[in-house]
Amino acid sequence: MTAAQAIVVKEVRAYFLSPVVYVVAAVFLLIYGILSYTYVVNASAQAMRLMQVQGMAAQLNLNDLVFRPTFYSTAVILLLVLPIFTMRLFAEERKLRTFELLMTSPVGINEIIAAKFVSVLLVYLGLLALTGIVPLILSLFSSFDWNPVLTGYLGLALLGATFLAAGILASALTENQIVAAFVSFGLLILIWLLGAIGSVLGDTPIGNLLTYLSFIEHYDRLVRGLVDTKDLAYFFSGLAFMLFLTHRVVESHRWK
Amino acid sequence: MIDVQNITKRYGEHTAIERVSFAVEKGEVLAFLGPNGAGKTTTMRILTCFMPATEGVARVAGFDCFEQPMEVKRRIGYLPEIPPVYQELTVHEYLTFVGRLKGVRAADLRMAIDRVVERLSLGDARRRLIANLSRGYRQRVGLAQALLHDPPVLILDEPTVGLDPKQIIEIRELVKGLAGSHTVILSTHILPEATAVCQRVVIINEGRIVAVDTPDRLSARLRRSEKISVTVKDPPPDLAERLRCVPGILGVLERTTTGGFLVECELGRDLREDIARFIVNNGWGLLELNLVSMTLEDVFLRLTQKEETEVST
Repeated sequence: MTAAQAIVVKEVRAYFLSPVVYVVAAVFLLIYGILSYTYVVNASAQAMRLMQVQGMAAQLNLNDLVFRPTFYSTAVILLLVLPIFTMRLFAEERKLRTFELLMTSPVGINEIIAAKFVSVLLVYLGLLALTGIVPLILSLFSSFDWNPVLTGYLGLALLGATFLAAGILASALTENQIVAAFVSFGLLILIWLLGAIGSVLGDTPIGNLLTYLSFIEHYDRLVRGLVDTKDLAYFFSGLAFMLFLTHRVVESHRWK
Repeated sequence: MIDVQNITKRYGEHTAIERVSFAVEKGEVLAFLGPNGAGKTTTMRILTCFMPATEGVARVAGFDCFEQPMEVKRRIGYLPEIPPVYQELTVHEYLTFVGRLKGVRAADLRMAIDRVVERLSLGDARRRLIANLSRGYRQRVGLAQALLHDPPVLILDEPTVGLDPKQIIEIRELVKGLAGSHTVILSTHILPEATAVCQRVVIINEGRIVAVDTPDRLSARLRRSEKISVTVKDPPPDLAERLRCVPGILGVLERTTTGGFLVECELGRDLREDIARFIVNNGWGLLELNLVSMTLEDVFLRLTQKEETEVST
């Protein structure tokens, strides 16, 4: 087992040894469940109404009525949940001084950051997999197009990975976990809002740039079932940039 | 094995250490002695590649700490001031993790852990959570971590802090046992510890090295006179006056204990026989007579105080 693999194993274990993941996962799944339930109930109410009026329930589309709104809401919940997952990754090491062990072991900073990212990503993907129960149950009772659901999950995975990278950056900035969580909330909401500012500015170069920088339109296309390499490139370059900044921050601690 | 040349570390305006140079031979145990905040930890952090020096070169086993940190890290076992333990793991899990981190081969890991657990008598704590261990146990887990991959160089930052007297003796024995096969630097502000385990002592104060030598030679070098402690039964009131007449005696100091005197003699002369003869010939009862050697405490205080007076003048 290499040092990086050892860190991944240790971090994933650490998540399951602390109550944080269980509590956060439970709350997340509860909210997710309630949201999808309300969307499903809404969809069926609409179906009933349409059937009474013109008897054309077959036209109703679960992709539009349930999955798409669920994906949008889930993205917002992730904004609040994922910083809790990432806040401990570097802040705790520095607070407890175990950071010294990592930094004086024959492991590169890149490997440490990559290992921590992979470990929290695994936990997140595991949590995301649990939400798969909703489309699976719905597929038993109705038919819908699986493809946009799968691209929506791809979008959630990429969006979540970027959130996690931003959270790791925030965690590297401080030794206080609360501060780390709060900084990543702030950072993520700020990037999110860039899209709003962009749309206010309209079709100007700065407006387009801000809209491009925001998660919204890239995620939106994936949720609509459109996989564009441009959007994939956006997420991958975004998370790579966050991890690169994390490297600079961790490296800079050594010089202080 | 370790070669430090003119390293300086500045944190912004504050200079933590300034032009520190010393060398440690293979198999030697060297103590870093100094008051809190003297720069011991900073020097150790530079040697372990935790942080780079602002200026100067530090080499461990021929590798530059700045240019080839991986090679240096592979050869160093480091116990920081606060043992770097993960509370949520058991001792065994923690040591397994550290072993993998340090690149111990999977086949050797089990034996390596058994060896350090045995050496630091952690057997009964092996399956316990580190969070539930006492300070002394955690300190020993920290030491186990440093020894795990059997590195040729060990850097121990205050290894005996938080241990009870019995454990302190055990750790000192352990460090003594490492001498010869391992190169050890340990920092301490407890002076007897340095005398007990180390071949050489580096005294550091306010970021500068004030002295480097063996404990014996340090005290010899700084001695300005020989001191002899004398205890006499029922001494006459003017004994101090009369002792001063013995040739070679520079001064006599009456101690607070009745009949106790501290006699200061010229450097390099042992006047014990003369004093004994003088007292016995006069018919007083001689109870005790011994040469007082300068302890490292005195050396240390003298060196650090000298520094201060130099600064103030």
